Amino acid sequence: MKKGYYGQYGGQYVPETLIPALEELEAAYEEYSKDPDFIKEFNRLLADYSGRPTPLYFADRFTEYLNGAKIYLKREDLNHTGAHKINNALGQVLLAKKMGKKRIIAETGAGQHGVATATAATKFGLECIIYMGAEDMKRQSLNVYKMEMLGAKVIPVYNGSQTLNEAVDEAIRDWVTNVEDTHYVIGSVVGPHPYPKIVRDFQRVIGDEAKKQIIEKEGRLPDYIVACVGGGSNAMGIFYPFVEDQEVKLIGVEAAGKGLETGLHAAALTAGKIGVLHGSKSYVLQDENGQIKLAYSISAGLDYPGVGPEHSFLRDKKRATYTSVTDEEAIEAFELLTKLEGIIPAFESSHALAYTMKLAPQLDKNKIIIVNLSGRGDKDVDSYRNLNRK
Amino acid sequence: MSKIQKIFDNKKALITYITAGDPDLETTKDIILELNKAGVDIIEIGIPFSDPLADGPVIQEASQRAIKKGITLSKIFNTLESIKGRINTPLVLMGYYNSILSYGSDKFIEDCKLAGVSGVIIPDLPFDEEPEFYEELKENDIDGILLVAPNTSEERLKELSKHATGFLYCVSLMGVTGDSRGPVEYINEYVQKIRKYVDIPIAIGFGIDTPEKVKHIINYVDGIIVGSALIKIIDQNKENKIKMFNEIHTFVQNLKVW
Repeated sequence: MKKGYYGQYGGQYVPETLIPALEELEAAYEEYSKDPDFIKEFNRLLADYSGRPTPLYFADRFTEYLNGAKIYLKREDLNHTGAHKINNALGQVLLAKKMGKKRIIAETGAGQHGVATATAATKFGLECIIYMGAEDMKRQSLNVYKMEMLGAKVIPVYNGSQTLNEAVDEAIRDWVTNVEDTHYVIGSVVGPHPYPKIVRDFQRVIGDEAKKQIIEKEGRLPDYIVACVGGGSNAMGIFYPFVEDQEVKLIGVEAAGKGLETGLHAAALTAGKIGVLHGSKSYVLQDENGQIKLAYSISAGLDYPGVGPEHSFLRDKKRATYTSVTDEEAIEAFELLTKLEGIIPAFESSHALAYTMKLAPQLDKNKIIIVNLSGRGDKDVDSYRNLNRK
Repeated sequence: MSKIQKIFDNKKALITYITAGDPDLETTKDIILELNKAGVDIIEIGIPFSDPLADGPVIQEASQRAIKKGITLSKIFNTLESIKGRINTPLVLMGYYNSILSYGSDKFIEDCKLAGVSGVIIPDLPFDEEPEFYEELKENDIDGILLVAPNTSEERLKELSKHATGFLYCVSLMGVTGDSRGPVEYINEYVQKIRKYVDIPIAIGFGIDTPEKVKHIINYVDGIIVGSALIKIIDQNKENKIKMFNEIHTFVQNLKVW
């Protein structure tokens, strides 16, 4: 397989200015990912700073209510800053520090990756600029405030749908301009090689822990793993260590927004076609002329028209299956988990829960599902309140 | 030697970029004819794309305006075909790879030939990504024009030189199009480094917006590329075509300081 490719997906579709930076990043990553001191420091940060390992929690009341398979939640919501995003942010900022970069930039959708990056940057004393769609800044004002408290500069992006897609465009333009002293912390398993690999490697701790934990608790591997997919980092993180375990079914859940038939959704794998976006080839939501379509989801973190190339590959190989749930279904799951378990999930993670609500009742009680609870829902409480339900 | 490379025979070349369909395709056609008349040596025509990563605000906005007007690659080809034979200036299409992938690369090459397009520039397609596509262009006598940046390594220049055809698009700075800080101060060393490996003409672009700048750099390079500055003139005069053409004519002729 060609370097940086997953089957026919991946690659480095970038302006020439970025090639040296990607080569430098790849070389540095090759070196440090094998360096015992780097590994030790990364693991120490994950343990003592972020609070890993995160628990694998048997959701007994959620299980009882659905009356089917046993449901475990991988509690990424209990990480420092409230989501799995911190795993990658700590890894990449640590790497940037080792590479001697002075300036950190990142894009953010829901703001979770922005907060995680701002947190890691401030911890290492680096300047931090976050690009965020103006629409997302409205939806996630609390996270904007947090990033600013953490010393980051949040730059609103007014192009297009004013969401994550345009924030990535703008971050890449910044990187093209300031490539020599700047590291771009991509927040998902997207972008040009080596990003999809680096982000996956920093996120695989989720799956590595889950595997160990389920064996401790159940003495066997799970039957299903369910995770939401926007760009796909939390899903790739939990899937990857299980890819060789053929008996474990891997299910990615995309955002169907207001319904696939309305065109207002973010389901790139379900409804997109092969294209090139943000430096790699993968499934992309686009019109018949190859213009990137605006994605839509109630969840800002899933509101992205592309998806990581390795997900496209896993789908083609039929190793993982991808489905989608609507805003409405996700909100119902958000409410249900809150009421039954006292856990407020992120809107993103609520998509994985919503699919689990369909799946679990169809399965025998001796089956096991692990749901990646990728983030907590505090950031979504305002949006939820504005829905004025009941 | 390709039609594009011949342009540089014993002279410097003025290359201009416009976004197709901004303000509309009829005007694009007239602008191409005007640029041809004004003595422009190569005309680049931009394929509007929703996410133009290498472009600054001016070309981003021009692309957005054109997309809103429903401009597509096949409409652009129709427009170019309609003026085929009326101009002798080589035409180059510049766009992002997704537009071509979506159109179908075989059909794209076929239609380039029909429309008389001499070269293609794809800023997000480095020479070693999809080499089959660049090979295919070459077989059809279309130049796959490559870009280099100030930070491109000598090792990479050596590889890249094996694939470069037409002219080499030398990006004037680390940045996006229309960045008025361009070009870098060390332009002489920059171009010397490239010439060690590349023997085709070198044209410089990104942020080249005034005759003064052109005077400063023209001795180092074989051509200059102007885009954003021209698009601003087009946009400012979209209500008055006659004034637009006059201003384009004057602007272009003032740039030819050699």
